[in-house]
Amino acid sequence: MSTVTDFKRRQISGRGIPVTGNDIDTDRIIPARFLKAVTFEGMGEHAFEDARKQNPEHPFNSPAYKGASVLVVGQNFGCGSSREHAPQALMRWGISTIVGGSFGEIFFGNCVMLGIPCLVATQADLEWLQKAIERAPQTPVQVDVEKQEVRFGDRVIKATVPDGPRNQLVAGTWDSTAVLLEAGAAIEATAGKLPYVQGF
Amino acid sequence: MARTLLDKVWEAHSVRTLPSGQTQLLIGLHLIHEVTTPQAFQMLKDAKLKVRMPERTFGTLDHIIPTTDQARPYADPMAEDMAAHMYRNMKDFGLNLFDMATGKQGIVHVIGPELGLTQPGMTIACGDSHTATHGAVGAIAFGIGTTQVRDVLATQCLSMAKPKLRQVRVDGTLARGVYAKDVILAIINQLGVKGGVGYAYEYAGDAIDRMTMEERLTLCNMSIEGGARFGYVNPDATTIEYLRGRPYAPAGEKFERAVGWWKSVATEPGATFDDVKRIDGNALEPVVTWGINPEMSVGVTQRIPAPESAPEAERPTYREALAHMGFEAGQPIKGAKIDVAFVGSCTNGRLSDLRIAAEVAKKGKVAKHVRALIVPGSQQVAKAAEAEGLHEIFQAAGFQWRKAGCSMCLGMNDDKLQGREMSASSSNRNFIGRQGSPTGRTLLMSPAMVAAAAITGSVADVREILK
Repeated sequence: MSTVTDFKRRQISGRGIPVTGNDIDTDRIIPARFLKAVTFEGMGEHAFEDARKQNPEHPFNSPAYKGASVLVVGQNFGCGSSREHAPQALMRWGISTIVGGSFGEIFFGNCVMLGIPCLVATQADLEWLQKAIERAPQTPVQVDVEKQEVRFGDRVIKATVPDGPRNQLVAGTWDSTAVLLEAGAAIEATAGKLPYVQGF
Repeated sequence: MARTLLDKVWEAHSVRTLPSGQTQLLIGLHLIHEVTTPQAFQMLKDAKLKVRMPERTFGTLDHIIPTTDQARPYADPMAEDMAAHMYRNMKDFGLNLFDMATGKQGIVHVIGPELGLTQPGMTIACGDSHTATHGAVGAIAFGIGTTQVRDVLATQCLSMAKPKLRQVRVDGTLARGVYAKDVILAIINQLGVKGGVGYAYEYAGDAIDRMTMEERLTLCNMSIEGGARFGYVNPDATTIEYLRGRPYAPAGEKFERAVGWWKSVATEPGATFDDVKRIDGNALEPVVTWGINPEMSVGVTQRIPAPESAPEAERPTYREALAHMGFEAGQPIKGAKIDVAFVGSCTNGRLSDLRIAAEVAKKGKVAKHVRALIVPGSQQVAKAAEAEGLHEIFQAAGFQWRKAGCSMCLGMNDDKLQGREMSASSSNRNFIGRQGSPTGRTLLMSPAMVAAAAITGSVADVREILK
């Protein structure tokens, strides 16, 4: 059984994997036919399945990135469908952290719920980081969620997470059911003040 | 200070500020379907948790069901297993399910408004990104993931950050042949697929004021395609008349009291926004997408743009889109040959959509090389359309008349593109692989334009057919 400390996402270090391109939607990350399973088990092997089949050079096919855990992407990553299967597939493939230019908001929220920090860096820094990882895939990408920076070799870039999710990730309170339940009767009290809950 | 609908609804549903700084937001209506919930119910069972307010969750079957023979067991064993899980979970937790036997089944975003479950001033969540649809009645409605579905079931709450608010004003008069679908595609084209990230959209302006509720549902549905997690239209007389008499709307004196509250949640005159964008409704023509995201569109009389016309950072996506679609920059979109025509989905599967498509279908026959499907958004839409004889018009013209479901919008049942087929579709996403074939191609457009393409065999200007 995990302890609370295991949930804290302060510093994360792992090898990087770059996936270039903007507007990579969640259908691309996990095609809808894999959503017919009633569990998330085995989802990892289908991450980017069609993109990998169509492009043998896809980074998720490359032995150079086997075991990588820090995904570096472009703009608007994870746009489209709300399917949590997308971050589940990435997580089960081995991804623990994502650095990008911007993220689809539902995808971002789903990642927080799974304890996967999504950090936002500038386009120039992302392009540099993607190329640097391509050149040296064995070098660890060191992500500091608390300080909002990413170190690769001797260079450090700024990578931000909005306050709310960052606080959740750093404090280890991203798995939110317990936190929400703490509100207790205040939940029913709020509902009780809503005319439509009371039947007008 | 004048307040917006977002301010008022957010505050009314705010349980508390969480230690993280996020809001613990009460969810007034939770809608669920078979695909994004089985794992959430399993998490609930594993944690030995109950559903906190079972009377506030409603479910249906829409994504995986066949649109031909809907008798169980389904031919696809995975679809059957998924449906069986839905029935069992709804029973185990004592939740309302609108299945085929109720006559109220349909796409979750079609039946919510249709049944009057969706009401102004509510917060609405569903494990589906097109939950934004319900904003049309003046609700704050957004899509969530499966772990968040677990949270809503267990706590009736979510941990959320309040977004910024952008008012998108559409003024002017839409020309004949230009519909709500064209308006939202134009908005996404102008503001971009990521233009709305961090924002909610309040749609306003006289073109929106004149829209019917079904048109507003189409408009709000695609907010997420523009990056905005939700969008809404302030409740007005159109909203109130739409809700009057619906099965789950209040009745009698209660309805009058509800109207008072619904009006009170609307944005007040003089309220300020984080941003305002304007679209000229007079200038719009029927819109068709040519690429691999909903921003990549042109008016039907225009040509497909060259990558060089886009900002530097967007050019690789443009090249990828042209390669996937098999288009040349500078080619007119009109005349692009299609293989499949699909009218349906939570965007455009309502009665008014079918009426417009039928009006066009009367003008010809489906081209010989085209496979054309009409999929009503709900059992009630199907019943109403059949009562008007729309199914006969479609069948006489060579369209297949199917049963209600999500169908070819996302290809989770047998309704899929094959190989590189080109589809004219009234759905919401032209992503690579979206309609069930990894190499399939999608052109998004209004239902009228889909019907026009079906009978022409290629992208056509519906204004020329309707005149």
